[in-house]
Amino acid sequence: MSGKLTRILATDCGSTTTKAILIEYIDGEYRQTIRGEAPTTVEAPLNDVTKGVLNAVNELEELAKLRYNNKDIQFVKDQQIIIPRDGDKGVDAYVSTSSAGGGLQMMVTGVVAKMTGESAERAALGAGAIVMDLIASNDKRPNYEKIERIRHLRPDMILMAGGVDGGTTKHVAELAELVAAADPRPRLGSSYKLPIIYAGNKDASDIITETLADKVDLIITENLRPTLEQENLQPARDKIHDLFMEHVMAQAPGYNKLMGWTIGPKNGKMENIPIMPTPAAVGNIMQTIAKVENIEVLGVDIGGATTDVFSVFTEDLIFNRTVSANLGMSYSISNVLASTGLENILRWVPFDINSSDLRNMIKNKMIRPTTIPQLLEELVLEQAIAKEALRLAFVQHKEFAVTLKGTQKTRSIADAFDQTVSGETIVNMLSLDLLVGSGGVLSHAPRRNQSVMMMIDAFLPEGITRLAVDSIFMMPQLGVLAEISEEAATEVFNKDCLIHLGTCIAPVGTAKFGQPAMWAKIELPDGTVIEEEYTVGEMKLIPLAVGETAKVHFKPRKNLDLGKGKGVEFQTEITGGVVGIVIDTRGRPFNMPTDTTQRVSLLKKWMKELNVYPEEILS
Amino acid sequence: MAQAYSAGLTVTDSIILRKERILPLKGEVLVKKGDKVKADDLVAQTFLPGKVIPLKLANQLGVMPGMLQQFMKVTPGDPIHKGQILAETKGFLGLFKSKVISPIDGEIESISQHTGQALLREPKIPIQVKAFIDGVVIDTIPEEGVVIENKSAYIQGIFGLGHEITGEIKMVAKKPTDLIEDKDITPEYKDKIIVVGSMISLSAVEKAVKVGAKGIITGGIDDQDIKKLLGYDIGVAITGHEKIGLTIVVTEGFGKIDMAEKTFELLKQFEGKIASMHGMTQIRAGVIRPEIIIPLEFKEEELAAHETKVSSLEIGGTIRVIRQPNFGKIGKITALIEELHTVESETKVRILEAELEDGTKVTLPRANVEVIEL
Repeated sequence: MSGKLTRILATDCGSTTTKAILIEYIDGEYRQTIRGEAPTTVEAPLNDVTKGVLNAVNELEELAKLRYNNKDIQFVKDQQIIIPRDGDKGVDAYVSTSSAGGGLQMMVTGVVAKMTGESAERAALGAGAIVMDLIASNDKRPNYEKIERIRHLRPDMILMAGGVDGGTTKHVAELAELVAAADPRPRLGSSYKLPIIYAGNKDASDIITETLADKVDLIITENLRPTLEQENLQPARDKIHDLFMEHVMAQAPGYNKLMGWTIGPKNGKMENIPIMPTPAAVGNIMQTIAKVENIEVLGVDIGGATTDVFSVFTEDLIFNRTVSANLGMSYSISNVLASTGLENILRWVPFDINSSDLRNMIKNKMIRPTTIPQLLEELVLEQAIAKEALRLAFVQHKEFAVTLKGTQKTRSIADAFDQTVSGETIVNMLSLDLLVGSGGVLSHAPRRNQSVMMMIDAFLPEGITRLAVDSIFMMPQLGVLAEISEEAATEVFNKDCLIHLGTCIAPVGTAKFGQPAMWAKIELPDGTVIEEEYTVGEMKLIPLAVGETAKVHFKPRKNLDLGKGKGVEFQTEITGGVVGIVIDTRGRPFNMPTDTTQRVSLLKKWMKELNVYPEEILS
Repeated sequence: MAQAYSAGLTVTDSIILRKERILPLKGEVLVKKGDKVKADDLVAQTFLPGKVIPLKLANQLGVMPGMLQQFMKVTPGDPIHKGQILAETKGFLGLFKSKVISPIDGEIESISQHTGQALLREPKIPIQVKAFIDGVVIDTIPEEGVVIENKSAYIQGIFGLGHEITGEIKMVAKKPTDLIEDKDITPEYKDKIIVVGSMISLSAVEKAVKVGAKGIITGGIDDQDIKKLLGYDIGVAITGHEKIGLTIVVTEGFGKIDMAEKTFELLKQFEGKIASMHGMTQIRAGVIRPEIIIPLEFKEEELAAHETKVSSLEIGGTIRVIRQPNFGKIGKITALIEELHTVESETKVRILEAELEDGTKVTLPRANVEVIEL
């Protein structure tokens, strides 16, 4: 294969909808041009995922004909996608992701929950799986309970870790015996053996084989924690992806056919491009962007049932993903209330509401998940709940994205004052460059200013942070596209996928509301210069459009830090967006006043300043 | 005529109903195609492998795992009984012997030379599946279960709690707007499925459990009452296995909401009849809603092929509003507007126009209504 890809088709087969996008090389750049969608057809009566794919691609074809006023455009012939492209007919490549049928569901085991267990969990989550349970030798459940649990969960596969190379084999052997005793069955289909990946102490490989090989489909790979100081997740993740294709996908209706369709250029020739689990693809595009632009990225996808958080932090661009399985805006909205409590939701609401009405409203949304807020008050309440769902998911992510636990470090006297310990979070909001939100409540908020307010209140970005939302959630397709063309994927990510909202400026540190916070000089592209002293407890919005930059000069007060140190002044450039520059001097950590009158009055002031809601609800 | 798909709950006085009754794992089907079954008849059964009990034999004997073999009195596959000696050391001159006694009846699953652990398995646990509805077995799935059909009056609830039951329908409410208190619940409701109106108080639910009622059908229920009843808050709507002494089916939603007139009248029409009911709810892919099934007399030829009707929004069609404002109200569609419309919350949505029962004309997001079939 030589030459540039000029027309690429990408689909994401979700649980309910199959979304197809067309990416074209036009006027020297890659752009996402057309999208189509159709219901996913994994379940009865159609039982064939390719039907939904063809329906979505047919819609794409119709729309392409209209857009280019060219009835010769054709992507599908004889129920097949046409590859390669020949003029108006066909595409150069077709790639796909899938989360249909509940995605990839895994169980992981480890010897010590906080060490090998956590590493196994990181490997599985990073590969795009939902981790149904972590069984560890030290998880305090009696063994018979563990066996019952393994038997009742019907995962797509199990990842077994445990022990460092050369260490004791007894505990990991015992875990294998528990798994063998449970005789676990795969979730889909009863005609094949459950795949189990062993990625633990290599010295125990023979014992594991002896215990499990007859009962399950055992695959042995490199230890994912060869030493306490080292995590080696990639071999296990690669095996998970292979098995996802060979076993899980192969069992799902129509996937065998679909797997034959996904073709693109790789290693200089046309090859089959494996279907990726949707979250793995999102992780892939995040990592690609972080690598290409050399930035730290934090992304969130808040859905009806779950909230996924992805991050790439540190100079080594360490990738982490967490799934908060029961934090979402419809199916699991009631669990957000149960997890955070009414008080925490109400603190974001600038008016009085009867708590019983609110509780019943939340439960009614749970049982009728497709309804939408018609009343402004209900929209404000849903967005208050979203802030808490995002905040809780982020707390879980910070607790999970940590340096390796159980490591020992040689310390000097100087280190003794620097209290860095193993197991500390690597999420550093002060060094974060880009925060990306996606999911209905963020991507489809009636005002983009609402998305900005939700993301700032939930994540509390520090220093200077760019904010964006994913326009139509095309990150999955771009993630798998990155496998064949990093250039196309990153270009479309920046030009079409992201809606740049603007930049948040938030000094770290606290002081009394009303005290001086920082001096700022902002030179806008039209020549306007804003020179202002901001006090603690303010939110200000300065319009700066998409694609525009402003020269800024900041001088935070002595106890506050904008990223260069406490009280350190500096000059830089910041970029705009559909909302603009948001100055947030409410302090980090941010403490909402507990007095109701003061809280409501401040909320109204901030929301008015950011133009979040219509005046009538804030007066 | 303009029309669009809309979610709706089925409420009908006559439907040909088909139910799959499947075992959780392979087993034996006890009936054959063409058999007539009653709700309480067993149709399939199987045995779950017994619970596994791990026993650290080597530790208890104080020997290395590799040496365990010589002290074992049993081998994998052997049946065992509670109190039986499983392994015993020789001791010193016949003294200081260590032994391990079986804590269960069952069999030896395995003995590991690596970990010194034995796995004991308890006897198999029987799992039985009942017909749940009176009807005819129209198909059997070998080793898995059966498909039963009948003709029924049928009501889908929106949310429920509790497992499958059968019982006689008894009206407690006089009107669909009635709010039922504990004083309204009397011992005459023992073994009955009672129908209340817009809401039932927590104390009335507790009284119903006390008098031995089997189930409650209500328009609305308060979120806090459910929390008190269960002892925990429901986070995700996956229910049906609660053990609260009876089964509850909510037809409209949370809070005080009048039961739909049609649902109420249907239940009244069948007062005194035996119904099958469950509270199983799952609101995700593969939605499961609670059901109230009242079997009717039928001739087998009536069980002819039937097609599932997809409810759709049509001008003149009856709808129920399922979100504020006007939550719970019934109306008739007067127009289906194609263009996106900005509602009060500034959300751009597809809407319809409707006239409510009191004559008020309203504009509603299409997503916030449910079709009611009359």
